[in-house]
Amino acid sequence: MAFGKDHELHTRRSGRNFGVAGLLIGFAAIVFGLTIAKVSEDGPIQGFDHVARPELIERGQQ
Amino acid sequence: MSDLSFETRQTPTIQSGEGSFGDYFALMKPRVMSLVIFTALVGLLVAPVPVHPMVGFCAILFIAIGAGASGALNMWWDADIDQVMRRTRKRPIPAGKVAPGEALALGLGLSGLSVVMLALATNLLAGFLLAFTIFFYAVVYSMWLKRSTPQNIVIGGAAGAFPPMIGWVAATGSISLEAALMFALIFMWTPPHFWALALFMKSDYNDAGVPMLTVTHGRRETRRQILIYTILLAPVALGLALTPVAGPLYIATALVLNAIFLKGAWDIWRRDETMAEADNYAVEKKVFKFSILYLFLHFGVLLSEATLTRAGITLIGG
Repeated sequence: MAFGKDHELHTRRSGRNFGVAGLLIGFAAIVFGLTIAKVSEDGPIQGFDHVARPELIERGQQ
Repeated sequence: MSDLSFETRQTPTIQSGEGSFGDYFALMKPRVMSLVIFTALVGLLVAPVPVHPMVGFCAILFIAIGAGASGALNMWWDADIDQVMRRTRKRPIPAGKVAPGEALALGLGLSGLSVVMLALATNLLAGFLLAFTIFFYAVVYSMWLKRSTPQNIVIGGAAGAFPPMIGWVAATGSISLEAALMFALIFMWTPPHFWALALFMKSDYNDAGVPMLTVTHGRRETRRQILIYTILLAPVALGLALTPVAGPLYIATALVLNAIFLKGAWDIWRRDETMAEADNYAVEKKVFKFSILYLFLHFGVLLSEATLTRAGITLIGG
């Protein structure tokens, strides 16, 4: 059984919905890329792990 | 905000809010956005501080979205006069494709998003400048000046002049002479550019009741003002040549372009309406078209020189 042709309004809505979906995916990708760029700008990161490390103390004293 | 702006507003007849994706995109004035992207990119790349490509991309993207948001707010506010003018009659709101409330929501939503994201991606000053630009275009220009003073173009032109400065600030974190001169270049260029257009698009502005200089002070005075602003523009363009962002190519280009623009403005000033109507405003149209090339080439040369410098190529000496 053949499906009926979509009304022009549905085609328009569908285009709009796909457009918004694309924008949201793009936005998420941009935020992810920006995060990576920002984090890598400052060089390697060392988190606090309850152990005093000499290189961090020396950097703090400078 | 003047009472006049409220009195002249009429709610346009809107059918439905079932616009296509392209209709919503059209609300953001893509052609204006392209100029914003270009000038902001130049501001960002001529700055002496290198920017991470991803940060630079985000800065330009959010400046462009901010410009688009102010365009949507402008279309929301100006829907009544857009309906009257031939040039703007097919815009999404007067054409009945997008409801005014949707344009307002899109404009406000994208304004907030672009300002916050630009501030997060670059720095607070850049975010603040973008917020101020949106406010200036949507409120100071569209809601206040456009319908209340023939100087609307002059002061409103500041909104279009901010993008290279925002690009510069996104890279450096501060405002400097170079950024101020790039701002001034667009600011001083705007009046002769738009008044040349107003000289041969007279019926549109008349019909909409927008107080253009041609209507309030006459066409003779408009011709005089075009010449005055073009004379004032030249030292700004040449002043930029004295800053570190400009090289020999910019100096040569600025000298030639300003000489041509001044000659065009002089020709416009010397003509009267009889002469202009006789050749269907040929000189005015020519100067208007040239003014677009003028701005594009000034910023294009700045961009070329910055790119060459980064590639380690110097045109003279070095």
